[in-house]
Formats: sequence, C-alpha cells, structure tokens
Amino acid sequence: MGRYLLTRLGFALLLIFVVSSAALLLTRIAPGDFAELQGVDLSEDERARLRADLGLDRSLAEQYVSWLGGLVRFDFGRSLLYSRPVGSLVGERALNTAVLAIVALAMATLIGIPLGIYSGTRAGPGRFIVRVFSVIGLSVPPLIGSLALVFLAARTGWFPAGGMTSASGMDMSWAQWLADLARHVPLPALALAIPMAATLERLQSESIEAAARERFVAASRARGVDRVRSILRHAWPVSLRPVLGLYGVMIGSLFSGSFVVEVVTSWPGLGRLMFDALKARDLFLVAGCAATGALFLAAGTLIADLLLAYSDPRVRSGERA
Amino acid sequence: MIRRAGLFLAALTLFALIAPWLAPYDASEAFRGFLHAPPMRPHLDGLSPVVHPLVLADRLEQRFEADASRTVRLPWVERDATAPVFLLGADDFGRDVLSRLLYGARTSLGLALVATLGAVLIGALAGAWAGFRGGWVDDAIMRVADFVLVLPVIYVVLVLRAVLPLVLPASTVFILVVWIFVAVGWPFVAKGVRAIVAVERGREYVQAAQSLGARPLRILTVHLIPACTGHLLVQATLLLPAFILAEATLSYIGLGFPDPVASWGTMLAGAGNYNAVARFPWTLAPAVAIFAIVLLTNLLALQPKQNHS
Repeated sequence: MGRYLLTRLGFALLLIFVVSSAALLLTRIAPGDFAELQGVDLSEDERARLRADLGLDRSLAEQYVSWLGGLVRFDFGRSLLYSRPVGSLVGERALNTAVLAIVALAMATLIGIPLGIYSGTRAGPGRFIVRVFSVIGLSVPPLIGSLALVFLAARTGWFPAGGMTSASGMDMSWAQWLADLARHVPLPALALAIPMAATLERLQSESIEAAARERFVAASRARGVDRVRSILRHAWPVSLRPVLGLYGVMIGSLFSGSFVVEVVTSWPGLGRLMFDALKARDLFLVAGCAATGALFLAAGTLIADLLLAYSDPRVRSGERA
Repeated sequence: MIRRAGLFLAALTLFALIAPWLAPYDASEAFRGFLHAPPMRPHLDGLSPVVHPLVLADRLEQRFEADASRTVRLPWVERDATAPVFLLGADDFGRDVLSRLLYGARTSLGLALVATLGAVLIGALAGAWAGFRGGWVDDAIMRVADFVLVLPVIYVVLVLRAVLPLVLPASTVFILVVWIFVAVGWPFVAKGVRAIVAVERGREYVQAAQSLGARPLRILTVHLIPACTGHLLVQATLLLPAFILAEATLSYIGLGFPDPVASWGTMLAGAGNYNAVARFPWTLAPAVAIFAIVLLTNLLALQPKQNHS
C-alpha cells in the first residue's frame, strides 16, 4: 500500500509539473502578450516600459527558469492582471470551486444512489419513471442545465441566479455570510449534479440488480432477513464497487462541468479565473490555475481509488487483493 | 426506440444540410424594427397557415402586440419584407431564430461530425498500430493517450484555443477547432481499439492472412480495424454530443465562431445573460436543440448495453 501511494504521489507531482509548465510555455509563445492587451491608448514606448517593469521582455528560457526557481520556494509569481501573488489568489478561487464541486457531488450522490437502489430492486411504474428521468438527466449537460436553471431562477425568483454571495456581502457576519452562500450554491451545484446523479442512478441500478440475484442474498432472505435489510446490508455493499469506480471517472467531468457552470452563473471559481488569465495572457496566473487544477484532479482520483480499495473487504482486512 | 432515435438523428442531419432551402430567411438578415420579437403562433385561414403581424407596442420595454386585423402568409409561401414572420421569435439583432437555428445546425453539427470522423479515424489508426506493433511504439502511444485522458477535456480545449490568435475568420476557426477536438478526442477511441487489436492479432484469421503474405498495413486495415467496428460506433455516439457541447461552450465564452456566423454556441452567447434569459426565453432555442441531440445519441448509446445484460 505504501509503495502504491508513493508511485501515485510521484505521478501526481509529475502531472502538476508538466501541466503547469505546458500552460506557462503555451501562454508565453501564444501571439500577443499582456502589455499588448493593456490600455488601447498606450504608446509603443510605454508598452516597452510596462514589459520591462513586469519582466515580460526576458527570454522564454530566462522567464521559465526564474519561475521554476520561485516554485521551489512555493512562490508562484505575481498575477499581472490582479497585481497580487498568484498563490493567494488561486487559493481563494480554488476554495470556491471546491465548495461548488463538493456540494454538487453530495447532491448527485444523495439523489442518484437511493434512486438507483430503488429502481434496481423494485418492479413497477416507479422504476420506469426513475429510468425515464435519468435518461433525460443524462442529456442535460451542465451548459444546458445551468442555462435552464438561470432561466427558472430569473422567472420565479426562487434562487438568486448568479454569483456566490450577494453584492452587499462585505458587512455580513459569519452566519449571515454562510446563509447567503447556502442560498447561492444550489443553482450551480444542481446544474453540475443533474447529469452525475443520472449516471450514478443508472450504474447503481444495474449493479444492484445483478447483486440482488446473487445466492448470498437469497440465502439471507431464507434465513428470515427482511427484504429491505437484505438489499441494504447484503446486496448493496457488493454492488458498490463499479459505482465507486465511477467516482474516479467523474472527477474529470466535474472539472469540465464546473468551468461551464462558473461562467454561466458567474461563480467566482478557478475556471473563470483561468479563463480571464488566458484571455489577458497573464502567464503566471495561467500556470498557477493549471497547477491547482491538476492538483485537484490528482487528489480526486486518488481519493476515489482509495475508496475503491477500501470498499474491497480483502484490502480492508489487510489481505492481498 | 433505437432505430427511431437513429432515424431522427439522420433527419436532423439532413435538415442541417438543406438549411438554406428550409430556412425562411438568411441567417444574418436583421429586421431592424423587430429586435427580440416574440414567437408568432400560426393558425389556419382556410387552408393556408397564416400569422398576425407584430406591431411594436412599447419601444422601451420592447413589447410587441399581434395586429389581429391583418394576416400574413408564411414566408415559405409568400415573402413580405415589411412583415417578417418569426416562428421562433427574433434575437437581439432582429434576426429570425428559426433560420439561425437551421443554419447553426449546419455549423455545429457539421463541425462535430467532421471532428468525430477525424477523432475516430486517427484514434483507430493510432490504437491499432499500438496494439499491432507492441513494444515501445505501444508504450509511447498509450502514454500520450493516457496523459490526454487524465486532463479535463474542456480545459485542454480552452488552453489550446486561447493560445491561438483570438480573432480569426470563420473558416479558419472551423478548421482549428476541428483539429483541437481531434487532438483531445482520439485517445478515447485509441484505448479501446488497442485493447481489441492486441487480442485479435493472435487469432487464427490474422495468422492465416500473415501466412498468405499479407503486409502489416493490409492486415491492420482489412482485418483488424473492422473487428473494432462496434467499439468505434459506440465511441462515435459518445464523441458527437461531446463535440457539439464543446463548440457551444467555446462560442458561448467568445472563443469559438465570431458572432455573425450562426452556430448554436454563438446563439447561446447572445441569449445567455440573466436579463435576456428571463425576458426572451425563445433565444434559448439552441439549448433545446442541443438537449434533443444529446438525448437522441444517449438513446442510441444506452440501448445496446441494456440488451446485453
């Protein structure tokens, strides 16, 4: 287990390094730079001075090496666009994305898994209805879902349609701020959660249907265990394996989805930050965002894999799987 | 159900192809007095469907009223330049949403189809080559594929598109975006193809072909890739809606097609702000179209799996 973790950690570090370097280099060699996109009325001289001030006139190799040097000291450079250290800026926005992603995952799990267990083990019209809804849910990608929810919010006023907190969020107490956040988070989170919930429902439904046919479930019923208990205690844990495997796959789509949702609902997350940074050719910020994204990705897949391993009783009891 | 979904998709593609003949107006034809005109409901007058023309009731609120005293024939029957007919409403430039939806289908579906074909083709070749040759070729191709697969697709697309010049003519955008989509799409195809080819190449029919003196290229293209047809079809049904969405996302954030070009993404970009969405919901028509396409391809992709189990 320890060795496995070490290889995974090494791979994660390599991923973060490669991804952020690639982002930095690509942004650097892209046509146009930060100074060129700043202020229409600047003269060429002034632009040259701006470049010199920001260190943009250095060669690619020089810039890259100095960025690498900073990395070792956990200094990720300064954002040109926001004139702030990249580290704190990215940390702030990454937290916002994490809140969104975690709420969305929780929603998807709470909706998808119980419905999957229900539709996989019950016959009748309820099963059909759940199935129809989940095929529809599968077809509502975050872009469409968030547009539809923003439309709903704008028409009914049930939720605020955008942003993470109200504009007057500055002078609120902690509890008020949290309540405000709780009002803003359901809309973007739901847009992200709908297709994930549907995917979870379908897979859980298929896998528990197969598990419920196993003989140990029939045996538990024969011992007099009641139906609900035999499904929840005996069939469900066995059916979880493919479902947990799906979580690892979903992390990637969660990221892609959260970018779209952040843009549509103006959620101040990592995706929007990276988009703004890319457009302004703010290369250190792009690299910082890419690194954080890769970190999240690696952490997410690792957690999913550990869960998967833990769900296997052979691993849990220390036997070799 | 599955056959019906397939037929429906084929019909949609056909509509997209013949859009110029189906669309009542040109995609960029703007009717100045009709910004954000609401959809008109056709009704039957005798045998021919007609609508009541719209009259601007309040310029500030951009509110229209139907003039019940007059009727106008549908534009397919008779064109009346002073009283345009908007069956799905008009957008923020007074352009007909229905026409733009049809022309946009050409852009969006066309782009997605070309990119899907490209990704399937390149993915199949790369995967088959990796599986067939084995050794370091296999390692190299699959490492690259795995690396692309870990990254969230939309970010890769975003970075690749953002580092290219931002303002480009529409045809260049089309080609560039196709290449970007192929670059992120091929590994999904290649992985499965490699696995199938690695198993199949040991089978007797391959040995038979080899002993008859068939060259590796012939074995690959004539014998091994056909063995992957099922996998290729499944991947194509997964990639197509993903590419349609990716185009919509790119255009929505302003990195796709420039505005006068009708694509579902550029249409959504015009519709997507909070105020517009609430007051002019008909501009979300392309979102409904995308939903329909994704639903149809999902029905195509889901059905066979359920038959298996």
